[in-house]
Amino acid sequence: MIKFFLMVNKQGQTRLSRYYEHVELHKRTLLEAEVIKNCLSRSKDQCSFIEYKDFKLVYRQYAALFIVVGINETENEMAVYELIHNFVEVLDKYFSRVPIMISCLYSNNNVSKTT
Amino acid sequence: MDPLCFAFRLGVHLHQGFTFLHGSHLYIPPARYLRMPAPIRLRELIRTIRTARTQAEEREMIQKECAAIRSSFREEDNTYRCRNVAKLLYMHMLGYPAHFGQLECLKLIASQKFTDKRIGYLGAMLLLDERQDVHLLMTNCIKNDLNHSTQYVQGLALCTLGCMGSSEMCRDLAGEVEKLLKTSNSYLRKKAALCAVHVIRKVPELMEMFLPATKNLLNEKNHGVLHTSVVLLTEMCERSPDMLAHFRKNEKLVPQLVRILKNLIMSGYSPEHDVSGISDPFLQVRILRLLRILGRNDDDSSEAMNDILAQVATNTETSKNVGNAILYETVLTIMDIKSESGLRVLAINILGRFLLNNDKNIRYVALTSLLKTVQTDHNAVQRHRSTIVDCLKDLDVSIKRRAMELSFALVNGNNIRGMMKELLYFLDSCEPEFKADCASGIFLAAEKYAPSKRWHIDTIMRVLTTAGSYVRDDAVPNLIQLITNSMEMHAYTVQRLYKAIFGDYSQQSLVQVASWCIGEYGDLLVSGQCEEEEPIQVTEDEVLDILESILISNMSVSVTRGYALTAIMKLSTRFTCTVNRIKKVVSIYGSSIDVELQQRAVEYNALFKKYDHMRPALLERMPVMEKVTTNGPTEVVQTNGETEPAVLETKPPPGLQPTSQANDLLDLLGGNDTTPVIPTAPMSKPASAGGELLDLLGDLNLTGSPASAPTPAPQISQPPFLLDGLSSQPLFNDVAAGIPSITAYSKNGLKIDFTFERSNTNPSVTVITIQASNSTELDMTDFVFQAAVPKTFQLQLLSPSSSVIPAFNSGTITQVIKVLNPQKQQLRMRIKLTYNHKGSAMQDLAEVNNFPPQSWQ
Repeated sequence: MIKFFLMVNKQGQTRLSRYYEHVELHKRTLLEAEVIKNCLSRSKDQCSFIEYKDFKLVYRQYAALFIVVGINETENEMAVYELIHNFVEVLDKYFSRVPIMISCLYSNNNVSKTT
Repeated sequence: MDPLCFAFRLGVHLHQGFTFLHGSHLYIPPARYLRMPAPIRLRELIRTIRTARTQAEEREMIQKECAAIRSSFREEDNTYRCRNVAKLLYMHMLGYPAHFGQLECLKLIASQKFTDKRIGYLGAMLLLDERQDVHLLMTNCIKNDLNHSTQYVQGLALCTLGCMGSSEMCRDLAGEVEKLLKTSNSYLRKKAALCAVHVIRKVPELMEMFLPATKNLLNEKNHGVLHTSVVLLTEMCERSPDMLAHFRKNEKLVPQLVRILKNLIMSGYSPEHDVSGISDPFLQVRILRLLRILGRNDDDSSEAMNDILAQVATNTETSKNVGNAILYETVLTIMDIKSESGLRVLAINILGRFLLNNDKNIRYVALTSLLKTVQTDHNAVQRHRSTIVDCLKDLDVSIKRRAMELSFALVNGNNIRGMMKELLYFLDSCEPEFKADCASGIFLAAEKYAPSKRWHIDTIMRVLTTAGSYVRDDAVPNLIQLITNSMEMHAYTVQRLYKAIFGDYSQQSLVQVASWCIGEYGDLLVSGQCEEEEPIQVTEDEVLDILESILISNMSVSVTRGYALTAIMKLSTRFTCTVNRIKKVVSIYGSSIDVELQQRAVEYNALFKKYDHMRPALLERMPVMEKVTTNGPTEVVQTNGETEPAVLETKPPPGLQPTSQANDLLDLLGGNDTTPVIPTAPMSKPASAGGELLDLLGDLNLTGSPASAPTPAPQISQPPFLLDGLSSQPLFNDVAAGIPSITAYSKNGLKIDFTFERSNTNPSVTVITIQASNSTELDMTDFVFQAAVPKTFQLQLLSPSSSVIPAFNSGTITQVIKVLNPQKQQLRMRIKLTYNHKGSAMQDLAEVNNFPPQSWQ
């Protein structure tokens, strides 16, 4: 099960966050900061799955943007990895040059959620 | 939320041309140029916020905007409500509180305009949940929208309900959802299926309601509906075993799924569902997962899916990540169901191939799966041992950890030498967070499979020198016990230890072991008799130098100092020329600030002065220590081919306690739990003179005469948790599956329960742990439990934890019984209980016949 879905830039600013279970507001920022710290400190030849507390993080980097998904252990990590890529491809198709059009991302997330 | 449906929703469905909103995929309000200051658009807000350079600036901007939004809400302005709430949601996502927007969301939902509804529902999903009372107000709106004429509105309502519906809402609206599950509109059907998943999660009792609707779900062509239906079915099967059985038998679910999967694989290129050359991999993965649940523990279903699994495993393209994801899921499924051995071998080979792949992710995933399967398919995994060991050298932390765990699982008698070399090398170079686990693992492996004592000691020493500060506390007593047991290695060991700490006292465990050994075997060290190695020339003064510097050194913790002081004391009987020096050292520490050291020094001083005649006897060589398992099955410790007495075969003289308290000269303060104490051989209190000495020294053990007549009145201490380390905890579970426990006796408020454990390595031994509890209002004191068994059995009763059973079930007495049953006859036992209760002595005899068959068969 997906616990959360984050899009964060390299400076650590959250561009998009979607939590699928209730997390307190102040805990969210903490969580995001830690998660980003973990992901930023990885080098290129390390694998994309990190064990963090009691769930796993699957992350993928696209230019200056990190997409991080938190999953629990019942989930197939590689399928989620593909999912992230699929998501980016779709956004790309609609808005071309995804990393730059982040300002539209929120609105189109608006759209996508309701589809 | 289910991830793959999310993907599906985005990826596949959008491909199908979501025309209605396609035109307005960017939220840009109609271009109205009003004279009054209209609230700024969301895009403007985002741009402004992004220009903020510090957190404080950002906060300021947001606060300003929040104030504007709040006043706008107060004005009840319909036109801009939508825009304002959108901005509010953005700010909420950044982490700022946005609760004042909740009611506005409700108003938006109630509006007739689609754009309003859309933002309203989104806001509801993000801001509201069952914690807020306001959410119930939505129920009516959702109900109306579920029956709306436009499918998109219905879709919105379903989405929201499926996202944040509380149990009350779900109960109210489940009927509507179920109706929608049966429509022919595939867009709605798939959303309804997801909503149903949420409803089931919240209110499991409603599961049966959705059962009839599921009959036709899998007949759809639309992948969206298929996908979500599979999710729904998975959820139902996971939650309720009845449903699972139902689906297996009545619905013929497995053949249907197999058919769908086959179509997916066999069908040609389909642009709608293609991801890197594979047709709808997300659906494939989902189906495989459902097959796993259906096939678990069920022969028929497993058989039905064997073919398709083999097909998927062989036909899937592995060049891209997608293919590997599917293969991974297939392997997991094969491992979980009752598949035939050919299929299992195929699965393990796939994992082996993964291991050789360059992509880190795949290697990680392969190692994880191998770890799960190593218990069951041990031999197959062994074949890949060399690759696994190579992974120890990988750069990635997660991969290293997995490889380490897997390596420990693969160690056996044949490969111990080679593996240990690799593992020791790994220990040298790995990160600190691994060292503790690695060290413990190495100890356990060495204990189980050491080919010779010397090798074992060498290995442990190597670990102590490289990672001494990370080993667990019980490593020290373990090692000491091992050393005492290997008589012929004493000289070699003490020599090596001496060399190891010669310049360097920083590794505390190493120093502790070394000082203990030097104390015990100092005479061997000085006399220079060593067969295994070049003997070194050491004088008594040099040895004392070292011990004294340990005492003085800043790096030594107080435990280490205790060891050193005692070692020095012991040398007073073993060394001949330096006794005066020893006396001086000991008397200096009589005024040490450290209370522990001071007490020891004072008592040692007393030994020199008043009790000099007892000194040699007191400080004699330690006898061989018995290795005790406090709980768990007895295992014959298979070290070095020499017969280590299994605990069962030694019969300690009655009244002695193998699990005795920390005895020795080291622990004169008695029961000082924090010091790692060395357990000794069965303690016996000689009933000889010197009683005052015993009082002075507390729990001192005179081990000079092990065969002396035991005078019981043993002081029972709490089972030393330190000894738990001595019990060989096997890396993998050697204990037979749980045997049900029984109540052997229950009368007059006294209840005795038996729990059983058996070992696979020694099946004629049954270990019974009895627990005696007392439900009356008065304690039962002087409780003694005795047992007798038929002649074909042998019984060994270990000492109880105490002799008082407190009242009101507030505590129990625990005692361990070992039964040797070589002829595997039915276990019967006669028990005799004596205790004092309410001032009178009670006694009872009983027979225990209700032993479960697994305990003796």
